[in-house]
Amino acid sequence: MKNPVYTFEKLKFASFEFTCCEGCQLQLANREASLAEFFSLLDVRTFREISSEKHDDYDVAFVEGSISRSDEIERLLAIRRQAKTLVAFGTCACFGGVNSLKNRYPVEECIAEVYDGLPVESLPVRKISDIVKVDFSIPGCPVAKKEVEWIVVNLVTGSLATLPKYPVCVECKEQLNTCLFDLGEICLGPITRAGCDAVCTTGKTPCLGCRGPADDINFPAFLELVEKRGLSRRDLKEKLGFYNAFEAYPCP
Amino acid sequence: MIYKVISKPEFRRFIDALVKANNSFGPRLADRTADGKPVYRFMPVSSVDEIDFDYTATASSAKHFFLPFSEELSRFRFHGSDWEQHSAYEADPVVLIGLRACDISALNILDDVLLNGNYPSPYYLAKRKNTFVIGLDHLPLPDCFCKSLAHHTVSTGFNLFCSDIGEKYYLSINSSKAFTYLKEFQTEDPSYEDNCLLTERRKLISDSFKTEIDVTSLPSILDIEFDSPVWEKWGSKCLNCGTCAMVCPTCYCYSLEERFDIDLKGASRNRKLYSCNLVDFAVVAGGHNFRPKNGDRLKYRYYHQHRGFAENDNQQICVGCNRCGRACLADINPKDVINDLRMEKDSCMICVSQSPGRI
Repeated sequence: MKNPVYTFEKLKFASFEFTCCEGCQLQLANREASLAEFFSLLDVRTFREISSEKHDDYDVAFVEGSISRSDEIERLLAIRRQAKTLVAFGTCACFGGVNSLKNRYPVEECIAEVYDGLPVESLPVRKISDIVKVDFSIPGCPVAKKEVEWIVVNLVTGSLATLPKYPVCVECKEQLNTCLFDLGEICLGPITRAGCDAVCTTGKTPCLGCRGPADDINFPAFLELVEKRGLSRRDLKEKLGFYNAFEAYPCP
Repeated sequence: MIYKVISKPEFRRFIDALVKANNSFGPRLADRTADGKPVYRFMPVSSVDEIDFDYTATASSAKHFFLPFSEELSRFRFHGSDWEQHSAYEADPVVLIGLRACDISALNILDDVLLNGNYPSPYYLAKRKNTFVIGLDHLPLPDCFCKSLAHHTVSTGFNLFCSDIGEKYYLSINSSKAFTYLKEFQTEDPSYEDNCLLTERRKLISDSFKTEIDVTSLPSILDIEFDSPVWEKWGSKCLNCGTCAMVCPTCYCYSLEERFDIDLKGASRNRKLYSCNLVDFAVVAGGHNFRPKNGDRLKYRYYHQHRGFAENDNQQICVGCNRCGRACLADINPKDVINDLRMEKDSCMICVSQSPGRI
């Protein structure tokens, strides 16, 4: 069967980090088996973790981390002006991430505790979409490289990139795992977006929701489940707040 | 069918030889719940001692051995302006030990769907034909309701079915392969006493059911109750997590997706088992969702299980294993949902019944 030849252009790609551990960017250099093919899809213009070269003529920007200083806001606005596609990359960028735990305390208290009184500027943590328009989000702590590969292929080929809309339970059941609720744990799997291959729950670690809420979750039913099983409301609140990904679902 | 009896020690020798020579799976204790209940799973076994013959039921069904949760159906390679498609159907032989009668019934139902229709699935066929199925009878759990659907016994769809008659297993041999394997081991023709013991065993199993669901006329009741508030009531509890369909031995709905390879020189077509309870199951191109509400989605799972297939093929596809009910974190289970629907109708009967009484 005859078909037009597929020719695709590399993405003019840049990767940036804000307040984060840079672990998600490190994932881009992971999964060695397909690393050469992955980078052959990208024309890397700026990516501090893997190259000292710096060019500002990128089209697609992956932005890792949350925003917690005023100079970060300036840098982010500049990236937004240049990038045709801005991707919030990783849980910190998408939801604020672990850094958001700071927002529970007065900023001065955090600075005193961490920097021992040094005059350091630190703002309450915000996610990328609080500051600029985000075109696509890839959540995960860290991101799943397999999913990133697929999304990059879709960006290159101009196909529709989507995340799973259903919760982690689907992928957890595919692994034939015993439900962590049956083992007496609170697991955020039933309300968290899939796409991670249930890697934590397969290792018997309850899901902490790093990928954020799945589409159209039944939060009241989830609260009822925790209640009915006699599990700790405090533990639930800790887990929901861990990545700040369930901000939209206040837990009474 | 050929019937034989085999002593339990000899049976263990037979199974041991079988699993040592083949890629085999059997029931094993996987976990214990917080309150100490055993959780069983079909897992790889390499000796008879690893198999838990007294297991109750596995948390997940054996469906994925025949219908994997994810399966690559085709590979495509691009050559200049041309492309070619490769589809591979081969399946390695597998021995599957310890399936319950309802699990085997579920395979027979999948056969009807995936083999006996207009478009038989070569992927399923290869796995089904290359899997040696050994059934094992058991006393029902308190929430098993396979008897209500007449799936507490099974007479086809396996290679060998073993009924526990005390000192021996009563073997129903349903394939030449099983017969040939067994020739190497010491079996006997069932005696009059063995036959009595089998009858007693079957009666004991049949009498041990504690859960019953009245499924008579269910397809029609489901038709009548399409707009019943029962759906919203149970739907409001549903977490949309798809667990019910994943653990179900007969839920076979799937999604198809084609993906470019990362080198852009090829692509693959993949099938993934899906669930009608998942939020985007009925989303079509353009974004419209035909079943936006939990209750709608839950309803259609019951419709597929108890109505659609019954209308077309004269059988409900639920086998009554209650895996969905056990696994559901929201405590939704077929018994309560179906009884609720029936109660709806019963209450109608009370207020409007004008049927003539018996004379």
